[in-house]
Amino acid sequence: MKLKYICFVALLALAGNACAPSEDASSDPQDDPIRVGVLHSLSGSMAISETTLKDTVEMLIDEQNARGGLLGRQLEAVVVDPASDWPLFAEQARNLLEVEQVDVVFGCWTSVSRKSVLPVFEELNGLLFYPVQYEGEESSKNVIYTGAAPNQQAIPAIDYLRNEVGIERWVLEGTDYVYPRTTNRILEAYLKDELGVADEDISINYTPFGHSDWQTRVSEIESFGSAGKLTAVVSTINGDANVPFYLELANQEISAEDIPVVAFSVGEEELSGLDTEPLVGHLAAWNYFQSIEDPMNSEFITNWKQRMGESRTTNDPMEAHYIGFNLWAKAVEQAGTTDVDAVLAALPGTETPNLTGGTARLLANHHITKPVFIGEVRADGQFDVVWQTDGTVEGDAWTNHLPDSRVIEADWVELECGNYNTETGICSGTNYE
Amino acid sequence: MTIATRGEWRTIWLLLAVFFLGLSVSAEAQIDDEDFRAVVAELVDANFREKTALAELLLESGHPGAPDVLTALMEGRLFIRDQDTQVFVIESTSDDLLEFVLLDPVSRETVGSSSPDQLSRIITNNQLRRFLRTAVPRFSLSSPDNEIRLEAVRQLLRALDDTVIDLLRQRANQETDPRVLFEIRTALALSDLDSNNRQTRISAINLLTDRLNPEVHNRLSVILERDENGNYLETDEGVLLAATEALGSIDTTRTFYSIIETAFFGLSLGSVLALAAIGLAITFGVMGVINMAHGELIMLGAYTTYVVQLLMPNNIDLSLLVAIPAGFLVAGLAGVLIERTIIRFLYGRPLETLLATFGLSLVLQQFVRSVFTANNRPVEAPSWMSGTLRFNEIFSLTYNRIYIVILTLAVFGILLAVLRFSRVGLDIRAVSQNRLMARAMGVRSAWVDAMTFGLGSGIAGVAGVALSQLTNVGPNLGQSYIIDSFMVVVFGGVGNIWGTLIGGMSLGIINKVIEPFAGAVLGKILVLIGVILFIQRRPRGLFPQTGRAAEGM
Repeated sequence: MKLKYICFVALLALAGNACAPSEDASSDPQDDPIRVGVLHSLSGSMAISETTLKDTVEMLIDEQNARGGLLGRQLEAVVVDPASDWPLFAEQARNLLEVEQVDVVFGCWTSVSRKSVLPVFEELNGLLFYPVQYEGEESSKNVIYTGAAPNQQAIPAIDYLRNEVGIERWVLEGTDYVYPRTTNRILEAYLKDELGVADEDISINYTPFGHSDWQTRVSEIESFGSAGKLTAVVSTINGDANVPFYLELANQEISAEDIPVVAFSVGEEELSGLDTEPLVGHLAAWNYFQSIEDPMNSEFITNWKQRMGESRTTNDPMEAHYIGFNLWAKAVEQAGTTDVDAVLAALPGTETPNLTGGTARLLANHHITKPVFIGEVRADGQFDVVWQTDGTVEGDAWTNHLPDSRVIEADWVELECGNYNTETGICSGTNYE
Repeated sequence: MTIATRGEWRTIWLLLAVFFLGLSVSAEAQIDDEDFRAVVAELVDANFREKTALAELLLESGHPGAPDVLTALMEGRLFIRDQDTQVFVIESTSDDLLEFVLLDPVSRETVGSSSPDQLSRIITNNQLRRFLRTAVPRFSLSSPDNEIRLEAVRQLLRALDDTVIDLLRQRANQETDPRVLFEIRTALALSDLDSNNRQTRISAINLLTDRLNPEVHNRLSVILERDENGNYLETDEGVLLAATEALGSIDTTRTFYSIIETAFFGLSLGSVLALAAIGLAITFGVMGVINMAHGELIMLGAYTTYVVQLLMPNNIDLSLLVAIPAGFLVAGLAGVLIERTIIRFLYGRPLETLLATFGLSLVLQQFVRSVFTANNRPVEAPSWMSGTLRFNEIFSLTYNRIYIVILTLAVFGILLAVLRFSRVGLDIRAVSQNRLMARAMGVRSAWVDAMTFGLGSGIAGVAGVALSQLTNVGPNLGQSYIIDSFMVVVFGGVGNIWGTLIGGMSLGIINKVIEPFAGAVLGKILVLIGVILFIQRRPRGLFPQTGRAAEGM
């Protein structure tokens, strides 16, 4: 089975090399625009977050075109709408790669949508830039992960709470699906094994998608948090359920000083749909905040507001697309072609500046280096940065905090494998589970 | 070994300064204006740890400006003027002020004004604010206002140390308000728990028997801690006995209140379910129309609240009262329109109605997406709906839930009255019981159908106004309530408005009783299975319709 897979990949690579020169002349005429696929939901429940990312890619393409395009060719966005429907993501990905013949795709938000398109991208040898923080435990040859891995968001957030705030009791609160479950598994292992937190000081709970009646849970959290030890909530609650959760916290008069909530998926965009007064002081861990002062960031914000309107905000996944787009553009220029294999070969090691200072470098495991910031919500819906890492953190595809993953290594340069077991020396290909 | 960086040296230097100044402060009891100004100026480029150290220094300084500066720091009203990095206290940072009035931190007098663009706020973090919140109340212990003193003592209770205990001891002698005195006694008893005198400890424990503060519970639990062999760490039998008794009595009270709390949570969830379902009880229950767009009518009501708040941004408190009739009208008119253009052609064809209204629900969702964008819209809570009604330290009810229970009962009462006593109500009942006979008596049945559907839809709109206070106002709002609504109506008994109310309330309470044990995910599944089994036994629900009307259906 594994052998078959390796042979298959090898064959694909061979075929790609063999065909590339002959195809170049016919399919890449110099005047044809480079086609950039955009695979973000524009309708359905995820439209709230993903529409912004579609607009971001379009803005980046327009700016690149204004600078003269790439390789002397103009860029053209091919936008499809997978409608927050996971199987439709796979269909639309196939459509983009086979019918529309795009050179690169920027897309997906939820982990389940990424998992759904993954086999398609690997089968058709496409190139996907995925811009959202996620649970890790994955590294595909055809995906570049420009969002944070757990060690670039969740783990530093825990360290901050433990070392700077002095938190001793932990509530891991999540929505019931793959990202919170995996993240909390990692965090639980980290808290117990590395920080020595006792079982009774951790409370893990999952609620359904769109959960809106938080009375019981918030009251439980309050009594869990009033046992004399400083308590924090680590929230992997998904999008829509957040508003009622924070509202209930505010209504039961639990302030951020009593029990701070640190969220991994609440950013400027989510807060703009919310009365933020009662949320002041709650925390978010991201690799970008709109409020960070940097000349590049102000330019990006100005351009975005000019294009989309004064009231619009910028956020972390937008910066991830900005970084991903620039990494791709650099790799294309370096390779001199948009051919996926050539670009994938050129990508590792490519560097581009972050919007908040520092440099993003693409690592051999297809993740990037990122700075980590902890922000406190302000009354105006923006964040005050209260802590940040010294320099950048390298994204780790396979966490070091779970015994099964500790021995796994992802390296697409030396090992050419996303799932290499350092103990057995076996490469098991990409793990879809 | 690493050599301390510049920043670390700064911290060390500052801590030393704090230490020495602290010494001199305790000697002289007050620092002079210049030193005070210098400490305040240090806040400008201090990091959070240094800020906390500086705040401690200010707290101990005894300077008359300290309470104002610390309160301003806590409330985010301490600003730096960009041009000369001077620190000022700002009286009010309200959004509609074009110029902030600058107060000098030392003299506390107005020294000019400045535009907010030229000022930067001194940033605080949770740790600093938590420190300030228990520190600043020390200054309000002698406030003439009983409420302020009460709140101050309650805050101080969270972080007792020797200084605070001394302050409270002094205050106890002059305190006249019994509630404040009660809290001060709690604090003093808590500190007496650490006393060396056995008798003092036991009487402190006895005094704490009826105190419900979490601090009391925690401290008593600490006394009863055991080592790994199961032996008590505490050696004094008398203290152990008293603590066990006190904790037992506190736990009984806590259990009692937690049962009441669960019951209220259930009632409030139940009233949300019932409110969302009452409209459906009319369109589905009385008219027999399976309206899959019911959720979207709720959504229209919620968006109406948003629009009303846009129209009257300065009267958020009133906006909800305006939104209730507005939501009723908007959703009601939409309902009449839907009935006249779609549903009236499909009476008697439930499957086609189901498909048509399902399609309509998608159209309505996309309609609000086009008009309001896919993003959720912020709906503000009026001040009278936020906060809690606090009975004691462990039992409180949130106002918004209380109002929604009241609203549900009110809507229900008005609806019953309309159906029972008004002409429209009479027509509706007549048509639903026997359409042909009603028509023979001269009732315009087509008009009554439109009115009935409009009434049901309007009530859905009112539910939307209420839900805008509880959850996201977005295009998907309706979807999350449609299944629950159908469940409530079927469970309560189709065609019976009372059944909907009782059904909604029972489902709410059952849900809330199960949730703590099974979790929200499993709880929901269990309730759904329960309802399915119940419907198998009693297909007509809790309160089946009887008599000829039921035969006709």
